[in-house]
Amino acid sequence: MPDYILRVNGTQRTVSTDADTPLLYVLRNDFELNGPKYSCGMAQCGACTVHIEGRAARSCVTPVSSLAGKAVTTLEGIGTLDKMHPLQKAFLDEQAAQCGYCTSGMIMAAKALLDSTPKPSDAQIRNALAGNLCRCGSHNRIVRAVQRAAGAVKGA
Amino acid sequence: MTTHTLSRRQFLKRTGVIVSTFTLAGPTAIAQQSTPLPGGLSNNRMLDGWVRINSNNTVTVFTGKCEIGQGILTALAQIAADELDVAYERVEIISADTARTPNEGMTAGSLSVENSGTALRFACAEARGMLLAAASRKLNVAVEKLSVADGAISATPVRMTYWEVAKDVSFKREATATFKPKPVAQHKVIGKNVPRLDLPAKVTGGTAYVQDMRLPGMLFGRVVRPPSYRATLQSVDEAAVRAMPGVVAVTRDGNFLAVAAEREEQAIKAAQALRASAKWNETPDLPPSGLALYDHLKKMPARDSVINTKTPVNASGGKITTIEAEYTRPFQAHGALGPSAAVAQFQDGKYQVWTHSQGVFPLRTDLAKALKTTVANVTCTHVEGAGCYGHNGADDAACDAALLARATNGRPVKLQWMRDDEFVWEPYGSAMIMKMQAQLDEAKNIVSWQHEIWSHPHNTRPTSNAAGSFVLGGWHLANPVPPVVPNNGPQPAGAADRNAVPLYDFPRQNILLHYVTDMPVRTSALRTLGAYANVFALESFIDEVALAAGADPVEFRLRHMKNPRARAVIELAAQKAGWKPGAKGNGTSGRGIAFAQYKNLACYCAVVADVTVDRTDNVRVTRAVSAVDAGLIINPEGIIHQIEGGIIQSASWTLKEQVKFDRQRITTRSWADYPIFTFNDVPAVEVHLINMPNERPLGTGEGSQGPAVAAIANAIANATGKRPRDLPFTPDKVRALTS
Repeated sequence: MPDYILRVNGTQRTVSTDADTPLLYVLRNDFELNGPKYSCGMAQCGACTVHIEGRAARSCVTPVSSLAGKAVTTLEGIGTLDKMHPLQKAFLDEQAAQCGYCTSGMIMAAKALLDSTPKPSDAQIRNALAGNLCRCGSHNRIVRAVQRAAGAVKGA
Repeated sequence: MTTHTLSRRQFLKRTGVIVSTFTLAGPTAIAQQSTPLPGGLSNNRMLDGWVRINSNNTVTVFTGKCEIGQGILTALAQIAADELDVAYERVEIISADTARTPNEGMTAGSLSVENSGTALRFACAEARGMLLAAASRKLNVAVEKLSVADGAISATPVRMTYWEVAKDVSFKREATATFKPKPVAQHKVIGKNVPRLDLPAKVTGGTAYVQDMRLPGMLFGRVVRPPSYRATLQSVDEAAVRAMPGVVAVTRDGNFLAVAAEREEQAIKAAQALRASAKWNETPDLPPSGLALYDHLKKMPARDSVINTKTPVNASGGKITTIEAEYTRPFQAHGALGPSAAVAQFQDGKYQVWTHSQGVFPLRTDLAKALKTTVANVTCTHVEGAGCYGHNGADDAACDAALLARATNGRPVKLQWMRDDEFVWEPYGSAMIMKMQAQLDEAKNIVSWQHEIWSHPHNTRPTSNAAGSFVLGGWHLANPVPPVVPNNGPQPAGAADRNAVPLYDFPRQNILLHYVTDMPVRTSALRTLGAYANVFALESFIDEVALAAGADPVEFRLRHMKNPRARAVIELAAQKAGWKPGAKGNGTSGRGIAFAQYKNLACYCAVVADVTVDRTDNVRVTRAVSAVDAGLIINPEGIIHQIEGGIIQSASWTLKEQVKFDRQRITTRSWADYPIFTFNDVPAVEVHLINMPNERPLGTGEGSQGPAVAAIANAIANATGKRPRDLPFTPDKVRALTS
């Protein structure tokens, strides 16, 4: 198996695996990160969303061989329990999750939106998250959390 | 598992050691010979099975219920904090573990606050009383003169803490329930919007789910299921797959086929190779689709029963108008966002299984049967999975992992279902037919009501008592443990007939069930069981009858409803939504109302829905306003979130969802085949709570699903003048109605 050098949340690591291995499994199993979730493996639901070079990407269909020299960021890379990103804090403040399985993907998709559109409208948020599925029905709280974070980002 | 943030180290610590300093009494034997105790105490009577005072200034409470995204552990911790008089932060809660917690059966039916919450209220009140009595003796001060604040017992000038006095108090005895829980006025944490315990880990990538477990030496597993329900395996090239990189074990037993590998992507490739080489015998034995499905269901052999019947003392004379309608609901999927998974380890003849099953105790019994071992050799520990909304693949994945763990030489294996495993093999909510008939007298009041149901079973979960097994792994073995035919759940909760008995006061009524036990398509408990479809029919039909009577839907409901709590939520929802009596839709927008008390036992809920129907016949729910009476409110935000989520999920079922199949195979395999609501489909939702502090708390987890579907159906009828009766209300169905 070939070696791939990956840079995730600022940490570099060499991983031996096949070229077509989805980034998701490397993140979860080699980097031991819990943020990106397996849900569909077909880029249909957004639970595995991470950032590659600052852009939202579906790690379940991103082969490791495509990542040479690129920086990968997961939910763990944007904030921690002690020092949360405004989006993470806003999701807590709005209690914007029931089971929480979609949360990581939601936050990473929302971060991509706020990075390009710091003050999004309700419709812009809904459109940006339309490819991320939530099965518990927490959508409206998630939209409010993103709005709240947008305010917090401005004030920060 | 506790809900507090679990680091990897904690996971290992907690799962590797079984602390048994408290008593797990056998549940049923004791219950049969003893007087009833409140809630879950009745079957788990030992006090130390529920509450423990720790030496490090904390308390631990135990529950047999589990967190499934509904926030239950937070609500139970609130109850314990108030009854014990300790800060909420001091409460650790341990849930659903066959080695450690009370056996409270399934976490299902919106019963956790009612059963486990009631048990904890009484157990913690008793623990507090015993601690005070001991302190009273030590301090030589009468109990009545003692007060408690955050575990500190004081009677000026003397003072002593729970943690000091606890060593002199033994909870190793049966609870008596003689210490009354606190009155509402003394609640400090109950009734407050305490933030969920489990969310900080979930927003930061902490360890939260069984999918996140990593054990030393752990392998990755995949199962290779047959291509259709009753396919049989003829041949498979196991040797070629064993030679693949990283493959550690290939297990074949009858039609059960699974693989374990060092790396997850290796397990996936090995499973693909196994699937490619496997030869199966299949028969086309699935029912037809579309409306033909319902004709087929009606013709299947059924157990017929009268669920409820009422005959008037004085039948009214005069002219009678009879109205009839038939409603249908297809097979619908749970569609958990995270496919089912489990971790299992087999060592020295003993199995440890970490599972997101809703019932670790019943699962243990089924696993023992499938694994051909004794219950004592199986420990099941609940660890969260994605929201399940009923009986999905959780139990099956646990069995798959345990079967595979037999072949890995003691190494633990995490077995993860793929998306198509979940969609194809999860047990669906049953297709159903509801045939309704009502009679109006000359005064335009309902004098007779009939509700006739055709349905497959709604509960084929593992059960501790049955002879058979309800896990796929058990069915697929060379020496299989087949399922037994499940009975329909009895009234008043019912199962296929859940909420078919109207809460309205009709002089004559007749509720009939045709229970079709043969299941060509696998079915089981989907959130609300039959209530979603029965409330859809009941509350749609009462609107049809109101229309025939020339009455306003709200007034017509109230006219037939004496129950004051039911009336209150109907009136509040109508008021908050701005209901205008007799308002007509304009062809493209409309409004509808519906009501149910879930199971006729849990929370009362009314929903008013506003819809639009656009030129492409696409229905959009723009707004939903709900009013809820759940008795004593433990956590208002928790209730609002459950009701709101229920409305949104129900709206998704109602407008979009149906499982597809041809005559041989399930063809719903991915989200592309089974679209659900996305952000642009979701309505604005308002939830208004009526607190009833002197009433017991009522379950809310399934309260809004039924009212939501019927409110949407009534709104479509109000908008278009045509009645939708065949779920889901996709554009093609709406077009057929209106053209």
